[in-house]
Amino acid sequence: MAIVETRSLTKVFKQGELGAVNNVNLVTREGEFLVFLGPSGSGKTTLLRMIAGLETPTAGDILIAGKVVTQLSPRERRIAMVFQSYALYPHLSVYDNIVFPLKAQKIPKELHRQKVEWAAALLGIQRLLERKPRQLSGGERQRVALARAIVREPSVFLLDEPLSNLDAKLRASAREELEHFHRRVGTTTIYVTHDQVEAMAMGDRVMVLHQGVVRQIGTPKEVYDQPADTFVATFLGSPPMNLLENGDVIVGFRPEHLFPEELIPAAAIKLSIRIKNLEYLGSEWILYGVVEAGRFDGKEVISRLASGTGFQLGESYDFAVREADLKFFDKQSEKRTEARVLAWQ
Amino acid sequence: MAVNPVDPAGVLRPSPAGMGGGTPPPGRRGFSQYFLTPSARATWLGLGMFGPALLYIAAIVGVPFVLAFLYAFSDVRVGSAGFHFVGLANFRSILESPSFRQALQNSIVFTVVSNVLVLIGSTILALALKEKFRGRGFVRFLMLLPWVAPISLGAIGWKWMLDSLYSVINWVLVALHFFPPYDAPMWLGEPHLAMASVILVQTWRLLPFSTVILLAGLTAIPKDIPEAAAVDGAGFWRAMFQITIPMILPIVNVAVLFGIIFTFTDMTVVYILTAGGPYDSTQVLPSLAFFTGIQGGDLAQGAAISLFLVPILVAVAYLMLRMAHRAEVV
Amino acid sequence: MFRGQRFYTFARYAVVVVFSALLAFPFYWMLITTFKQTSDLYNLAGNPFLFNQKPTLANLHLLFFETDYLRWMGNTALVGAIVVAITLLLALPAAYALARLTGRWGQQLGIGIFLTYLVPPTLLFIPLSRVVSILGLQDTIWSLVVVYPSFTVPFSTWLLMGFFKSIPRELEDAAMVDGLTRFAAFVKLVIPISISGILTVVIFTFSLVTQEFVYALTFISPDTNQMLQVGVPTFLVRGDVYFWGSLMAGCLIASIPIAILYNLFLDRFIAGFTVGAVK
Repeated sequence: MAIVETRSLTKVFKQGELGAVNNVNLVTREGEFLVFLGPSGSGKTTLLRMIAGLETPTAGDILIAGKVVTQLSPRERRIAMVFQSYALYPHLSVYDNIVFPLKAQKIPKELHRQKVEWAAALLGIQRLLERKPRQLSGGERQRVALARAIVREPSVFLLDEPLSNLDAKLRASAREELEHFHRRVGTTTIYVTHDQVEAMAMGDRVMVLHQGVVRQIGTPKEVYDQPADTFVATFLGSPPMNLLENGDVIVGFRPEHLFPEELIPAAAIKLSIRIKNLEYLGSEWILYGVVEAGRFDGKEVISRLASGTGFQLGESYDFAVREADLKFFDKQSEKRTEARVLAWQ
Repeated sequence: MAVNPVDPAGVLRPSPAGMGGGTPPPGRRGFSQYFLTPSARATWLGLGMFGPALLYIAAIVGVPFVLAFLYAFSDVRVGSAGFHFVGLANFRSILESPSFRQALQNSIVFTVVSNVLVLIGSTILALALKEKFRGRGFVRFLMLLPWVAPISLGAIGWKWMLDSLYSVINWVLVALHFFPPYDAPMWLGEPHLAMASVILVQTWRLLPFSTVILLAGLTAIPKDIPEAAAVDGAGFWRAMFQITIPMILPIVNVAVLFGIIFTFTDMTVVYILTAGGPYDSTQVLPSLAFFTGIQGGDLAQGAAISLFLVPILVAVAYLMLRMAHRAEVV
Repeated sequence: MFRGQRFYTFARYAVVVVFSALLAFPFYWMLITTFKQTSDLYNLAGNPFLFNQKPTLANLHLLFFETDYLRWMGNTALVGAIVVAITLLLALPAAYALARLTGRWGQQLGIGIFLTYLVPPTLLFIPLSRVVSILGLQDTIWSLVVVYPSFTVPFSTWLLMGFFKSIPRELEDAAMVDGLTRFAAFVKLVIPISISGILTVVIFTFSLVTQEFVYALTFISPDTNQMLQVGVPTFLVRGDVYFWGSLMAGCLIASIPIAILYNLFLDRFIAGFTVGAVK
């Protein structure tokens, strides 16, 4: 049974303007970690909030565990949510924060301590129970927010960019903790983020949103290797996919597929590139260049290489891309089409 | 001198203006070295900028404050030139005076009841005004009128509304058949009703101020806290009593403490509405001090009466300081 | 809408309507009374909410031409203007010093200054009445000019402290790196930036001046030198007869302009008040 379902879900804030969320149809899979991915303004947070019951939809329905909940208030939906700022109650201790949902749902008092301690143990915060939120670090606060969410054993978790408020170094370890947590607990989780690295690392499936419309839902591999349109193609992957226009088709190839010609034995298209900029990132090199000669003259491309020694700024080199690595997009609709045979010179 | 980590080679030199805390070279420190270092200059400047206000307050508040104590122990009268100590004579006579005891009791009743009503009323109103709605700006304007209008003028307005013969309130009550004609309540003429009227006007006047402060506290609550409470399953009452109200408690404290001070030390409402009557039933300490000291001419006794305001002031000041200190520790 | 949410919306509107009606009604009543003929006011037979006789401007005429109302207005405005000037002169530098130049004990001093606002006129007025008569200022508006800053300065210092604290220090630091002295930075940079905060303080100081009753009543006896807030309640009573029509007119005319100004600056006032309290 699908835990969360939306049918033609739409939210329009201003009459006559494009909606924040447009006609979204979604069916989650049991126990999956589903990521809503998109830039700011793509509607991902609005969509999440509608599922939580914090925004009322303009049209469409929301189902949780098979029941239509569109008209129900948040407390009647029995879902758990972790906010970007964690929203811990500042005047309550960690223990009281975690026990609050149990009290609100009228769980018998005898069970409170046992459940709180179970949730705290799950997240390793037993020794923090008497502290107040202001005495906790960012990572500890995230764990308290998760404990408060899990203590009710809800059927679905909603997480709204919980890692954004952490500094970069902490983000990686917090991310790992979240993945670990999800594997242990197995609750269906919807996770909102604008960070495509997070999406790829954490998601069982990724739903890419742009301007309130779902561009693609698929596994990380699917959205990365078979992007449904140019938006998905350029949003995932950093540096973004190179796109070149060729007739009525747009051809794309990822920077990591653009190699010096010598390295590619098989059928490939050739490009002569003059280097404009070289970045050494430690683990790899990024080359920024301009195509010279042929129909793509003047177009900028990016290449990603394990080694950049031997390249000089301002010099031209021959690069190539395997034909199998090319993606084709219809110029009009921006959607992906089948491979074509094209003129390259 | 320690090596500057930002500028280990010492390439940057302090500019001739000498801002930033440069220490003078070791050795003899003359006047200019000692008194005119940048940090010393900053301190002098601070004192210079703060000094005038401090001196003024000391003169116009501090001196009379001390004088009030001195007068209370003297026999000063309006128009008298001399000044003699009379020990506790003033205090003895006012403590024996039934007027004074009544005024003290009235002050307490007046303050406590008004502020309880204000607290309840302003909490309800602030919660209602929290969300935006059309016309909220206009409502705010209307709601602020009692506080903004000079209180003496508002009180006179109420005096007209509570007039023994022509009160519009009585007209409405009679029209609704709560009272027979010509037998409607004498709001300012009967002791208990007069006290109720005075409390009503003070509550009316304080409500906007308290509401505004509570509203500020409410809007300071981050938006996702009530949302988290809703998702956690809290209904309206649980969210209000377990989340919202505890979070605005510090601000509520500030509003209540101010309200207590404003009420306990206020003489205007009583002076205009009832002049303390009928028969001292609405006399409060400040109005009694005025009638005794200024109208009656006995400055010393007036001062002694007004000194009974001090314990409340001290208590409130202490509570406010403690709250401020606790807020800082947090 | 969720079920049950409609009830709370209704309750909210009900509360707002009832409260604003109760709070504003006296002023509405003042408005009606202003234009009613005296015989209409004292007519017990008719409905007081209606104009049983034609509305009249006679009360206004009496107020403006047969009392010292306009003179009192002038007194109040003059006292207000001078007190505002004195307050700014004292409070602006003091607030800046407290906000920037003193460390931890600056916060304590700020609270200390604010606490002096809690010392009420009803405690100080008796000794001050003596001081005023010794200085020969009895029955003149100068008595008020001298005494009023005693409560406007603490309050204004507190408000301004809040405003100054919200300006980033880097502003003056950048100016001082460029060669200005701190005081020059204060005058040329901080003050212009804080103009709306300063305006707020001006409005509130002025409103404090018009609100004050005890000193005005004590220091100035019945006269043309009186302030408006004392003149109106005490003078429009000839013997035992209250000229209610003109009284109400006087109250209304004095209250509304201040209310409008106050409203425009309320948000800034709250911001300054709470910043000073929170930090």
